[in-house]
Amino acid sequence: MYEFDLTRPTTIADAVAALNEEDAQALGGGQTLIPTMKQRLAMPSKLVSLGAIPEMKGVCMSDAGEVCIGGATPHAVVSAEATAFPGLADLAGQIGDPAVRNRGTIGGSLANNDPSACYPAAALAAGATIVTNSREIAADDFFEGMFETSLEEGEIITEVRFPVPEVSHYEKFLQPASRFALVGVMVAKFADGVRVAVTGASENGVFRWKEAEQALSANFSADAVSDLALSGDEMISDLHGSGEYRAHLVNVMTGRAVKAAS
Amino acid sequence: MPKDNADEKGGIGAATTRREDFRFLTGAGQYTDDITLQGQTHAVFARSDVANGVIKSIDTSTAMGMPGVLAIFTGEDFVDVGGNPAGWLINSRDGEPMKEPKRPVLAHGKVRHVGDAYAAVIAETKQQAQDAVEAIEADIEELPAVIDMASAVAGGGLVHDEIETNVCFDWGWIEDNRAATDAAIKAAPHVTTLELVNNRLVPNAMEPRASIADYNAGTDEYTLYTTSQNPHLTRLLISAFVLGIPENKLRVVAPDVGGGFGSKIYHYGEEALVLAAAKKLKRPVKWTASRSEAFLTDAHGRDHVTKIELACEKDGTFIAFRTETMANVGAYLSNFSTATPTFLHGTLMAGNYTVPNVYVNVKAVFTNTAPVDAYRGAGRPEATYSIERVIDMCARELGIDPIELRRKNFVKPDQYPFASAAGLEYDSGNYDAQMDKLEALIDRDGFAARRAESEKNGKLRGLGVNAYIEACGIAPSNLVGILGSRVGLYDAATVRVNATGNLSVMVGAHSHGQGHETAFPQVVADMLGVDPASIDIVHGDTAKIPFGMGTYGSRSLAVCGSAVVRATEKIIAKAKKIAAHMLEAAEGDIELSDGQFSVAGTDKSVSFGEVALKAYIPHQFPIEDIEPGLEETAFYDPANFTYPSGAYACEVEVDPETGKVTVERFAAADDFGNIINPMIVTGQVHGGLGQGIGQALIEQTAYDESGQLLSASYMDYAMPRADDLPFYQVDHSDGTPCTHNPLGVKGCGEAGAIGSPPTVVNAVVDAIQSGGMDVTHVDMPLTPARVWNAMQG
Ligand SMILES: Cc1cc2nc3c(=O)[nH]c(=O)nc-3n(C[C@H](O)[C@H](O)[C@H](O)COP(=O)(O)OP(=O)(O)OC[C@H]3O[C@@H](n4cnc5c(N)ncnc54)[C@H](O)[C@@H]3O)c2cc1C
Repeated sequence: MYEFDLTRPTTIADAVAALNEEDAQALGGGQTLIPTMKQRLAMPSKLVSLGAIPEMKGVCMSDAGEVCIGGATPHAVVSAEATAFPGLADLAGQIGDPAVRNRGTIGGSLANNDPSACYPAAALAAGATIVTNSREIAADDFFEGMFETSLEEGEIITEVRFPVPEVSHYEKFLQPASRFALVGVMVAKFADGVRVAVTGASENGVFRWKEAEQALSANFSADAVSDLALSGDEMISDLHGSGEYRAHLVNVMTGRAVKAAS
Repeated sequence: MPKDNADEKGGIGAATTRREDFRFLTGAGQYTDDITLQGQTHAVFARSDVANGVIKSIDTSTAMGMPGVLAIFTGEDFVDVGGNPAGWLINSRDGEPMKEPKRPVLAHGKVRHVGDAYAAVIAETKQQAQDAVEAIEADIEELPAVIDMASAVAGGGLVHDEIETNVCFDWGWIEDNRAATDAAIKAAPHVTTLELVNNRLVPNAMEPRASIADYNAGTDEYTLYTTSQNPHLTRLLISAFVLGIPENKLRVVAPDVGGGFGSKIYHYGEEALVLAAAKKLKRPVKWTASRSEAFLTDAHGRDHVTKIELACEKDGTFIAFRTETMANVGAYLSNFSTATPTFLHGTLMAGNYTVPNVYVNVKAVFTNTAPVDAYRGAGRPEATYSIERVIDMCARELGIDPIELRRKNFVKPDQYPFASAAGLEYDSGNYDAQMDKLEALIDRDGFAARRAESEKNGKLRGLGVNAYIEACGIAPSNLVGILGSRVGLYDAATVRVNATGNLSVMVGAHSHGQGHETAFPQVVADMLGVDPASIDIVHGDTAKIPFGMGTYGSRSLAVCGSAVVRATEKIIAKAKKIAAHMLEAAEGDIELSDGQFSVAGTDKSVSFGEVALKAYIPHQFPIEDIEPGLEETAFYDPANFTYPSGAYACEVEVDPETGKVTVERFAAADDFGNIINPMIVTGQVHGGLGQGIGQALIEQTAYDESGQLLSASYMDYAMPRADDLPFYQVDHSDGTPCTHNPLGVKGCGEAGAIGSPPTVVNAVVDAIQSGGMDVTHVDMPLTPARVWNAMQG
């Protein structure tokens, strides 16, 4: 690690102001950022912790019936309290281990947009709205490829609003070492159609599998997707599996997610 | 040997809980990094980020001027000191000695693997040292890396230019048997051939390596605190080969050590560096590896590529085993890297079987990767894996039940001592009895029903079995000397009875998870009839213990424990003399029972404590016949290896859609001879099984073509977690005692890691074949992706 300063503002405005300083960086649960800093791969001069801002924490329901989660809410709280959206609570409970779930936050996970992370699949499948200190961003416009999002420099995720599907399920196939998703598929069925979001698989990060969405909107059963085939071409290929294998897993996990959701 | 009331008295056979666990579990352990010395400074290493390169220049001037920097060392500073030697000389088939390129303290001229240290900064704080390392300007010209063993043998680049080859040796065992084995295979009615990889493993001890050196300018004495499995061996290597510090000026202390699994047997350059730096600065110098450094620089394990042939009659009677192996030794020879793929591997190539012909060929190959050396099991897992996989394949080819095929060829109980075709003499065993036990433990009869149940759930279920033998308790010095060992392999113990009757037992073995502090007192307590709680074990400090060879190769109890027995026998002999004097009786009439010395046939007795007191307050003492004091030392050098053996079985489920394997049941029937503490033994088996199942299913060490370690963190290197493992059925009762050591013990530390990998792979192949797929082999680790690929044909 290099030396750095730490500040713990208690309001969003103070956090945004602090982030205006050069080389300042937001700190959520630190589950990604701190290991990176320990390896000297990141060297922020100042960390602005978002963990002491009350308005960024907790789970509630909006008048529109969305599940709203403060940007600094840890996974463990989502797992325990997002009961109105069981598919989401279940997904949060599958992230990492208890220590990770007690520290890591939804805002940090979405901002980081790791191609193997779980939350991006939930946000995209549910068509969530990512609320920042300055605007609201539709999930469909938020993710821009591996570790890339539409967030501006210094912009922070203050809240995430999830429309609640009729039924949903996240099926995660573990990468044996990290236990992130080797492939994870979130299926969410709404009155006006089904959304399917895939994480872990693509070189372009989380994506919607439109073909499966169409098939499932017409017939919400595992059979409807069993014959669909994805190409392995733009899939991640590494020591844990080839692109072809990941493409195959997307199909299997989608079928399983549908089965579990129905 | 276990006595009925053993548990009550805490003697031999008692399942006493481990007394050392209290301090480990309450955070009171004292590990090397917990030690902080007055005036301590910190060392950080500059490590190569290329696998092969010429060091053109190293400019340390900027770094030297940075805050807190006290000294910077490069390879140049160590050109005149010795190299870290290989402990075992292997001769090639043509009689030529192996190639031994120098292993320097810091790389000089060339860097040879990613992580190879070429400079070290000593600074007031670790942070300052890290900053200065980043300011070192090293001009290293990258060369193409030599990674793949086949191409390393075929030519191409050289890891060590001066030896003009990448082949360290080309060894044949037993060369005189070669022609007969070749002829037998040629004439055999059936030959099964299998090519396999024994995957490279990263040891991953929980505690990374660490060292602190302290130099006393007043006395010219050095103290090195270090994470070692064998402090005396480390001292010997540093004194006799690397730095030339006189042995009597160097104290090596291995305090609590958080696991070693082999990787902490060896002396590493970092130890020499901190010693040299401490002398130069006249201040203590500390270094603690990061987890990344551990991945890149701890000696790795396994990494064999093998072709094995099994020739047999149509009825399955074995005729010959022949293997050709390439064993990766990495960029430098680690201390036992030449013994591991040869004498710890080739000599076990007859397995548990009466096969008459065995020939083993091993080429050790230098590559631009981390050094490879002994890792839990060391050579024996590689032997067992090759043999037991090819037997399984042979059984399938011949349509013989795999258990029956093994039984047909087992050495039988009346054949001991048995001279194996690979040159060892097995002293005892009963492989059929273990197999009987195993079939019951795994509930073989219930397998068909469980398979049907799995199939109902869309899963494939397989049953795999395995029999293993290992040579442990290394070893007879005379024998290993003939075989090329440059060290002796005895061990030593001093039993000191204190005046107030309690005991300190100084042992050469080192405990870093094995439970010696509990088990060794059980032996002494049993012999003396005293409370085990009155006995403490002292280990890990060359200033306190007799010269012992440390802990590896499942040797501590068999070798060092035997030294403890011999020393305790001497204590008893002397105590009896003192008691005879106190009781005014003849020495021959004195009996020791339950801690009381009594005169046979009378009610006259004195307690052990009274005798101890007399020894140290020798008033009215026959000083002309008996020396005061009660302290004895014994060195023990065994007559043979010990031969633990066992039969393992497991059941796996394979998900045909994803290739994911889950181990559903695992049974281990082991013969460790007599058992001192069954609970500790069970724990050792569990640990070994975890490592073996990890190797079989998930542990994957991958270098890319340029020599970058792809699996250099826990993000990509999978360690087994509790939920990767099943509940084990473990039974090590009724073993056949070792015939040549006083305790009749064989050693249990490595068995689990030796016996489990082939068991798991055999089960997976069985499962896949049950699904109608023609898959005969899948290389470890059997990750979901690999199993799925194999099933795609
Ligand atoms: C052992 C382990 C296992 C894990 N397993 C999984 C898993 O299975 N699935 C999974 O999805 N993840 C997993 N993770 C990642 C974990 O979920 C992290 O919590 C998450 O990726 C980052 O969240 P954080 O709050 O810790 O962010 P931090 O590490 O604090 O920050 C990450 C990045 O996001 C930025 N940031 C943080 N908060 C905000 C915000 N509110 N607005 C804008 N930017 C912000 C930071 O500046 C930084 O760039 C694992 C992590 C570990 C250590």
